Amino acid sequence: MSVEAKSETQTGAKPKTGADLLVQSLIDEGVDTIFGYPGGAVLPIYDALYKARESFDHILARHEQGSVHAAEGYARVSGKPGVVIATSGPGATNLVTGIADAMMDSLPLVVFTGQVARSVIGTDAFQEADVMGITTPITKHNYQVQSLSDIPRIVKEAFHIASTGRKGPVVVDIPKDISATIHDENYDTDFHLPGYQPTTKPNPLQIKKLADALVRSKKPVLLAGAGVLHGEASSQLKAFAVKHSLPVTTTLLGLGSFPGDHELSLGMAGMHGTYAANKALYECDLLINIGARFDDRLTGNLNHFAKYATVAHIDIDPAEIGKNVETKIPIVSDSKAALSELLSVANESPKHYEWMDKLNAYQAECPLWYEDSQEKISPQWLIQKIHEATDGDAIVTTDVGQHQMWAAQYYKFTNADKWVTSGGLGTMGFGFPAAIGAQLAKPDETVVAIVGDGGFQMTLQELSLLQEKGLPVKVIIVNNEALGMVRQWQEKFYDERYSESLLTVQPDFVKLAESYQIRGLRVESPEELEHIIPDIFNYNGPVVVDCRVLKLENVYPMIAPGKGLHEMIGVKP
Amino acid sequence: MRRVITATVQNRSGVLNRVTGLLHKRQFNIESISVGRTETDSISKMTFVVEVPDHQKLEQLVKQLNKQIDVLKVSDITDKAIVARELALIKVVSNSQLRNEIQGIIEPFRASIIDVSRDSLTVQVTGKTDKVEALIDLLRPYGIKELARTGLTAFLRGHQPQVTDLPSYSILK
Repeated sequence: MSVEAKSETQTGAKPKTGADLLVQSLIDEGVDTIFGYPGGAVLPIYDALYKARESFDHILARHEQGSVHAAEGYARVSGKPGVVIATSGPGATNLVTGIADAMMDSLPLVVFTGQVARSVIGTDAFQEADVMGITTPITKHNYQVQSLSDIPRIVKEAFHIASTGRKGPVVVDIPKDISATIHDENYDTDFHLPGYQPTTKPNPLQIKKLADALVRSKKPVLLAGAGVLHGEASSQLKAFAVKHSLPVTTTLLGLGSFPGDHELSLGMAGMHGTYAANKALYECDLLINIGARFDDRLTGNLNHFAKYATVAHIDIDPAEIGKNVETKIPIVSDSKAALSELLSVANESPKHYEWMDKLNAYQAECPLWYEDSQEKISPQWLIQKIHEATDGDAIVTTDVGQHQMWAAQYYKFTNADKWVTSGGLGTMGFGFPAAIGAQLAKPDETVVAIVGDGGFQMTLQELSLLQEKGLPVKVIIVNNEALGMVRQWQEKFYDERYSESLLTVQPDFVKLAESYQIRGLRVESPEELEHIIPDIFNYNGPVVVDCRVLKLENVYPMIAPGKGLHEMIGVKP
Repeated sequence: MRRVITATVQNRSGVLNRVTGLLHKRQFNIESISVGRTETDSISKMTFVVEVPDHQKLEQLVKQLNKQIDVLKVSDITDKAIVARELALIKVVSNSQLRNEIQGIIEPFRASIIDVSRDSLTVQVTGKTDKVEALIDLLRPYGIKELARTGLTAFLRGHQPQVTDLPSYSILK
């Protein structure tokens, strides 16, 4: 394919520099939104973007970390790779947290970083950093462009690698002299990656094994992870669960892959999961894991995890199978392909009434609970109110910590791709910029950033972006004047020595929002919240709500570190 | 367990860093590593000797290496019929009186003296690791001034025995 020929028809001007070639390659990939921040080493790229500004919506976050988290939010809800551009040195290193976060949570990103000119690479030049060295362990793959003619091929490969197989971030480091060089040739964009051939179709033998195990099982349980969402297999999952009457639990990142209000749903499992879900994983005789990676926050002490069960694991990444939990039935496959195959092969399995009765009893006896407060706002109740006000259909983003767990527990997700959270890396400051990215991807949906007072202060400079774009993101600060989860652990495991976890000195979040010409509100009592909440969600614009909640509330139930899933504490009041 | 793993990789800049970085990140201990070009221009071969605690970790190692885009093929060849060699250069304290004695020691190992100076000589030995180590042990009493080893390089023999009781690490087993 002739890039020049194509670009002439699309932009009306011949590509002139390596940067033009890059921009043309982005157009060819169908990119329309770029999260970036300019700087010295990307000046040629920003000049090329200026010339092609009709083709892109460029989102200028106020810190590169904001750019990359916004791109993650965009990628999570749209399924398309988030595209990020940053300059060399500090620009690139400011992206590191987001790139590592995307790696842990398998989010497709294509990140372009400027680099100093090839002639000075390795001389500790101004704004030079070893981006390849820094990002190699936290990317699915990375490139440093060595020749102008490689740009179109590398861009194609980068998008291919980021968005296929187990998705993930790809970094492309572009020396400034390459993006500034004039070119006058046509380039071949064909690529062949012999070392990257993901298996997407399941092995029929293993599918048969699983179908047979299902017939024999008396206590089966399905565990749905983010792989179900990445594989767009929610409807197949539901059909499969219903066909065999299988109880379903999800991981933190798998929320929304199965309707939380379905009669077969046990809710989330893991450290702060429901009693029923964790007991089901502990007692089951067949555990079918679809696209979850048996993270330690899910399994608790591995010696007690699913110890009576035959474990079947469907995952697109073979390296996840058998990594933490011994697996009898390994199925390397895309989740949708495997579930479709299972649906067509497996005969209806016998009903396991006893097992279901037992799980229903667990649910009835030990549901999620909290003590309601009359004077102060309970954070759990706050989440329930948000759920009500948004009909349970908003896109919800969070940081990491107590508010994240309460959102996971009490915002009953019924649809896929509505939940954007930092699971694997557990990044404070993720939720707010991610909400901006999500809102850009889905302009017509309600987007709520549920953040903590600590996390929000890590990336609140992006209020500028909210102001600039007028995006109607609703920011709910679950404000307990503390790094809540740290404080909770200090209370439980360090004899209430609250070392540096109390944030009693805070900005006035209302005035802060107002200084960005954003509506700011503070609510301190349940009545106020009841009164104001419809207004928050009916308001057509951004709102920041400083919601003062109970300061010493803890997340329960809980599995203490080193304990098994059957050793939950705080199960009942 | 000590395992011999070979990896066929794209001959690109940074690929060694990717592989060793991965092993480091996943806490594998590399005993030796050797890298070189192969019969195909764009392809290199790495041979690692690694110490792994158990089969599960070994499986992880192979799978994680396989995930690298620049890695084409990974094999654990420890239990196969292989040819494996390393080379060591050993500088031993020596004078004219000892030279013959040392010559006598190294001869059964088919090692050779490749450099001689007034107070030392350098022995080159090629072979399997245990042979190299045996020779080093024998030379140690004379005083080793300097020692350099290439690490093991290995590949499969042309003919593999048909009946094997090799454990399989395939996930399709």
